[in-house]
Amino acid sequence: MTGDGSALHMVLTGNPGLYAIVWLSMVVSMSAVLFAALIGVPFGALIALTRFPGREGAIVVLNALMGLPPVVVGLAVYLALSRSGPLGPLGILFTPQAMIVAQTVLVAPIVAALTWQTVEDLWAEYRDELAAMDVGPAARIATLVWDARFSLVTALLAGFGRAAAEVGAIIIVGGNIDGFTRTMTTAIALETSKGDLPLAVGLGMVLIMIVILINALAWGARRIGERYAG
Amino acid sequence: MFNRRTLIAAAALGAVAFTAQPGLAQDKSIVVASTTSTQDSGLFEYLLPLFKTKTGITVKVVAQGTGKALDTGARCDADVVFVHAKSQEEKFLAEGHGVKRFPVMYNDFVIVGPSSDPAGIKGKKDVADALKTLKAKGATFFSRGDRSGTHSAELKLWKAVGIDIEKDLASKNLGPWYKSLGQGMGATLNTAAADNGYTLTDRATWIHFKNKQNLVIEVEGDKRLFNQYGVMLVNPAKCPSVKKDLGQAFIDYLVSPAGQKDIAGYKVNGQELFFPNANDHNA
Amino acid sequence: MSMRAPTTDLPILLDEASLVAGSVTILDRVSLSFQPGPPTLLIGPNGSGKTTLLRAAMGLIPLTRGRISWGGRESASSARRAIVFQRPTMLRRSADGNIRYALNAADIPRAQHEARIAELLALVGLDGLAKRPARRLSGGEQQRLALARALARDPAVLFLDEPTASLDPAATKAIEDIVRAVAARGVKVVMSSHDLGQARRLAGDVVLLHRGRLIEHNASPDFFARPKAEETRKFIAGELLV
Repeated sequence: MTGDGSALHMVLTGNPGLYAIVWLSMVVSMSAVLFAALIGVPFGALIALTRFPGREGAIVVLNALMGLPPVVVGLAVYLALSRSGPLGPLGILFTPQAMIVAQTVLVAPIVAALTWQTVEDLWAEYRDELAAMDVGPAARIATLVWDARFSLVTALLAGFGRAAAEVGAIIIVGGNIDGFTRTMTTAIALETSKGDLPLAVGLGMVLIMIVILINALAWGARRIGERYAG
Repeated sequence: MFNRRTLIAAAALGAVAFTAQPGLAQDKSIVVASTTSTQDSGLFEYLLPLFKTKTGITVKVVAQGTGKALDTGARCDADVVFVHAKSQEEKFLAEGHGVKRFPVMYNDFVIVGPSSDPAGIKGKKDVADALKTLKAKGATFFSRGDRSGTHSAELKLWKAVGIDIEKDLASKNLGPWYKSLGQGMGATLNTAAADNGYTLTDRATWIHFKNKQNLVIEVEGDKRLFNQYGVMLVNPAKCPSVKKDLGQAFIDYLVSPAGQKDIAGYKVNGQELFFPNANDHNA
Repeated sequence: MSMRAPTTDLPILLDEASLVAGSVTILDRVSLSFQPGPPTLLIGPNGSGKTTLLRAAMGLIPLTRGRISWGGRESASSARRAIVFQRPTMLRRSADGNIRYALNAADIPRAQHEARIAELLALVGLDGLAKRPARRLSGGEQQRLALARALARDPAVLFLDEPTASLDPAATKAIEDIVRAVAARGVKVVMSSHDLGQARRLAGDVVLLHRGRLIEHNASPDFFARPKAEETRKFIAGELLV
């Protein structure tokens, strides 16, 4: 992607380089949110509903993980995925898969913490009724997660925001390779360091508009959903 | 409930399968660890398509500071290392991480600074003298401070006039005029442009840089500003995952007459940025 | 809904049942039995332990001292009992979704769901509101839906905790009519109330609680006409029991 045209021009003319970057950004961040949800939602629900040994420790670790700077996560994942690291044989360093792993690590704690909060609040409401209906532990978790799904969508959106906005983790584990691991945020970092500030700003605005669009879609889906499910 | 659950499970499996994408870029590709200044100069965007047309090999460049690029090679995360810090490269070889070093090309460094030139160094022929003047006048100087090839060259130049920057920084003997940023070339130039300071940059990045504001070249041409690039294959004996045939093909291309011609052919604003010198075995 | 066969959960026998939380005695050596038949009403001032007694009889909270048995068994699954709390929580689903949830929780075969939902909604007078999100029902409607939900599991015993406390007279009458209908079908209703009039209208027998102690338990007309305890006399007369 050359710096000749402005970012808006590239959007309007369907510049393939720009679209490839946008596509990769979305794939990486959304995949990370999906995996983070698969890990974080059950874990958050577990913390809310059960008293397992080591729960207090898990809560402390969870809160600490939420505050981890992306570069630190990036470095840790890099060391793990490096050929000379424990997961080296996987060979996924400097690929989009590594970026997804890093962002999953970043996002899962947020999703877990928000799920915990949401499920705990709903559990306070539902507790008596579910006990009266003799609902077992597994069904309990499923019911709470399902009934809280709209709040959980908000949690996922928060996670997506963190993933889409960060550059520190994915630039380390992805390497910002032209055509392979370059995303919107890493491209912005690159163009900034090349001094092509107008292009960097333009890319930034494209990124903001996409994030706004996704948030609007999610909000719309939530409104429609709520109207029909109460 | 059943339908919902299977839907979610199917979506999850689909996502895993999609993101696994096995073999997408495994065929005929190598990872080259190089420097941010080389990337910022735009050389790779020009050269790599030419190489791919010739050989069908995709080169994936991970651009970092020189120190990190060498570290990436040492960790076996790259197949080839292409940097510009001869002493660090020779150390890399001595430690057994690389096979052999081939000189490829050079460009030069220049000192840039505000057009008003408050320290009065413009046009000096002796770069070490110019640096000494900067210190004497307490003129703001930005250093990359990131163990890069540019940073190493800068430190060597200070040493040439008896100034040990690292020692002075450690013992806090250096005044506030010297600012060590720990950043790449582009970021350093951005800062120098914004704060009207002096800095050392490679010419290639400088020509390609779009945010010059009122910075101009103050000092150039001194032979000590010579910036030599070398390329090495990561040692397959230490790193079994190295794609040694494909990696060697890239090295062979860079030092071949065709590759050297391509390098010379890269011009920005009509200016050649890199000067091929693979046949200079002392480089 | 069928007439109940002789149930295994009744009689519910409490023997010197006490419940202490910290330094507070909520139930104080209550000995009482709930027999099959017309509704039993629990009355008494606020804080007298009515809600706790209902929950304990449902099996939701363990006693600190004393014993409780259902049909002679000391630990019985609560499958044949149901409870409606004072402020029932609506699940975030439609009205029929709430009932369906209860049916699933009670392992009622799926084939029977549609018929049962229709029947229950008709019983509680919510026929037209099946698809309405439950949280958007009025207070009275929610109370009725909670009743339908409780009845979904076809209980032999139904505990109701002040079901009409926050309702207007029309809504109160609706609930009372449902209670009579349910009792007529053979379900044992045990209900707490702060309304003496309601006790007179509905009760087969009345229990007076005060400060966690059982003051008096008698069949309905006698309880009001010939109170034995001094507290009973005062309470019926409308005096504050402190």
